[in-house]
Amino acid sequence: MNEVLISVENLSKKFCKDLKTSLWYGVKDLASGLSGNRNERELRPKEFWAIKDISFELRRGECLGLIGHNGAGKSTLLKILNGLINPDAGKVTIKGRVGALIELGAGFNPILSGRENIYNNGAILGFTRKEINEKIEEIIDFAEIREFIDMPVQNYSSGMKVRLGFAVAAQMQPDVLIIDEVLAVGDLGFVLKCFKQIDTILPKTAIVFVSHSMPMVSRICNQIILMDRGESIFQGEDVGKAIDKYYTRFVDNESNVVFTDGSIDLEDIELLDTFGYEKNIPQLRWGDNLKLAFKFKINSLVAIPAFHISIFDKEQRPVAIFEPNVEELISLNDSDRIEFIVEHKNLQLSKGIYSINIVVSKMANNEPLLRMNGIASFQVLHQTDTWPPFLLKSSYQSI
Amino acid sequence: MELETKVYQKEGNLRIGKLLKESLADIARSRFLSFQLAKRDIQAQYRQSYLGIIWAFITPLATAFVWIFLNNSGTVRITDTGIPYPVYAFSGTLLWSIITESINSPMASTNSAKSILSKINFPKEALVVSGIYKLLFNSSIKVVLLLIFVFFYGVGFHWSLLLFPISILGGVLFGTTLGLFITPLGLLYKDIGRMISFGLQFLMYVTPVVYAIPKSGIMKTIMELNPFTPIILTARDLAVGFPPTYLTYFLIVIACCIPLFFIALLFYRISIPILVERMSA
Repeated sequence: MNEVLISVENLSKKFCKDLKTSLWYGVKDLASGLSGNRNERELRPKEFWAIKDISFELRRGECLGLIGHNGAGKSTLLKILNGLINPDAGKVTIKGRVGALIELGAGFNPILSGRENIYNNGAILGFTRKEINEKIEEIIDFAEIREFIDMPVQNYSSGMKVRLGFAVAAQMQPDVLIIDEVLAVGDLGFVLKCFKQIDTILPKTAIVFVSHSMPMVSRICNQIILMDRGESIFQGEDVGKAIDKYYTRFVDNESNVVFTDGSIDLEDIELLDTFGYEKNIPQLRWGDNLKLAFKFKINSLVAIPAFHISIFDKEQRPVAIFEPNVEELISLNDSDRIEFIVEHKNLQLSKGIYSINIVVSKMANNEPLLRMNGIASFQVLHQTDTWPPFLLKSSYQSI
Repeated sequence: MELETKVYQKEGNLRIGKLLKESLADIARSRFLSFQLAKRDIQAQYRQSYLGIIWAFITPLATAFVWIFLNNSGTVRITDTGIPYPVYAFSGTLLWSIITESINSPMASTNSAKSILSKINFPKEALVVSGIYKLLFNSSIKVVLLLIFVFFYGVGFHWSLLLFPISILGGVLFGTTLGLFITPLGLLYKDIGRMISFGLQFLMYVTPVVYAIPKSGIMKTIMELNPFTPIILTARDLAVGFPPTYLTYFLIVIACCIPLFFIALLFYRISIPILVERMSA
């Protein structure tokens, strides 16, 4: 077992909602900071807990993911871990050299050249002049901007600045690495390069990783904390479960009409033969049949339209579409209603939450009549987490 | 290899000896950083300007010319200073500008590093030290100009001139110490910075910057008590080769400043996390 590098015990931090009050508390804190600060901290008027009672331990070689919606306290936690601000209760113990990828390219001066700024940034990250002299060629190559290295940084694109910043930071050999949402900028090639770099240092490092990109989190983290309003609402090694919980917080049952010409309205949609419900979301087991019952009201329509029903995953990527209807299968049973059931057997979508969009258009010329997003959502249950949207039923046999 | 362990918690560590040791260790560790920050700022300052260095002494030069003009034209009558008045006035305004710049330096350095302070953990003392480097750089240019004045007006060389840089160091130390104490509050409230620059304007008139201490009266008492007085007078006396009359007071001020400087440094160190929390990124 590797040694514990980060140990966080019952950490809490409070913030103030009002600027003037906050400044005045700052003066008071300055005074109490000088007297050792032993009093119990309680919430003063206009304050709230930005972080409440967080505890965890992280060993070398482990990566902790911090997820949660905006304002959940993730970045505040990182700032405390990095020693930028002091906690109001609890204790953080960190062993070894700490590196932080919170802001890339700190200390850059826009007027100076890229080469000069490597020294500025490197100095702030704690390198010595000798170390930078040794590594400068490596840094320039990693950033892939040799051609522009003597140009003022103000003429760099934002991607180039981030490249240069990361290239310098990548030279750190930290025991503890703190990563905030910095890698989002930069093109795909560079992001992949960054992750490759992180992969190589991971075995020697304890990483705390904040991201809104769940694929990235599930790729590198083996522990996870889901935060909400400063509190940890899920914590453990079951990364998939935490990600599911994170996504369910964003599910809204609000459907929205993107376009309509008024000729047809959706009255009702229902999932049939469901397995159960959680928070009003119908659940299916992997391999069940997906059966949707639609009820439309016709205002002015002479022919049966075409229905394009598609399935989106929680990151709003389209993953599947139902075969379109053929005219004969649906009939105008009543003068102003269309009702039908569409079924797909042996659903092989992987575990997760999905939503359904529909487009209704004229059969003849595809002219759209109605377009609605999120008319229903459902959850697929399975014991294993899979990132690809489909888990294909398979059989193996030796030949 | 034993790993360095850091503990962050609410309770502050108030053992002054240990804090001071950490603080000094950080200063030593961040030598390159402080030098690099100073170099960056100086480079950037001059790269984006044609007049460059001139801006460092244009203010004291202008103030001096105003007073030289007032004196020569007879608008104000200034008691004899013992040396050519232009030398007196210019050395005064120049020393004054060094001191006020030192007072503002810690706050300015910290303010301009706000965005890094809230994101990266680095030895904060480096900001103070880089501020001192910049002061020394600017001051040395001003001193060269003063030397030109001294020789041009025929005051000539005196051996005490060699001690002059030490008195400048004293002035920088005095100003930086004051500035360090003000910085934490100044970063919270913008009023502080404005109050300081406002107050300094008036303070200049109770300091022998452009005229000597009067022989008697209330002004004499105020000026003699003013701790800025011995700094300016001693430095000027050394430059022009007079026996420094306020040397004792000067030494007392400097002797007080040395321990105060370290106390201010600790105060600064303790304050930064509290300030980062309240400052916008």
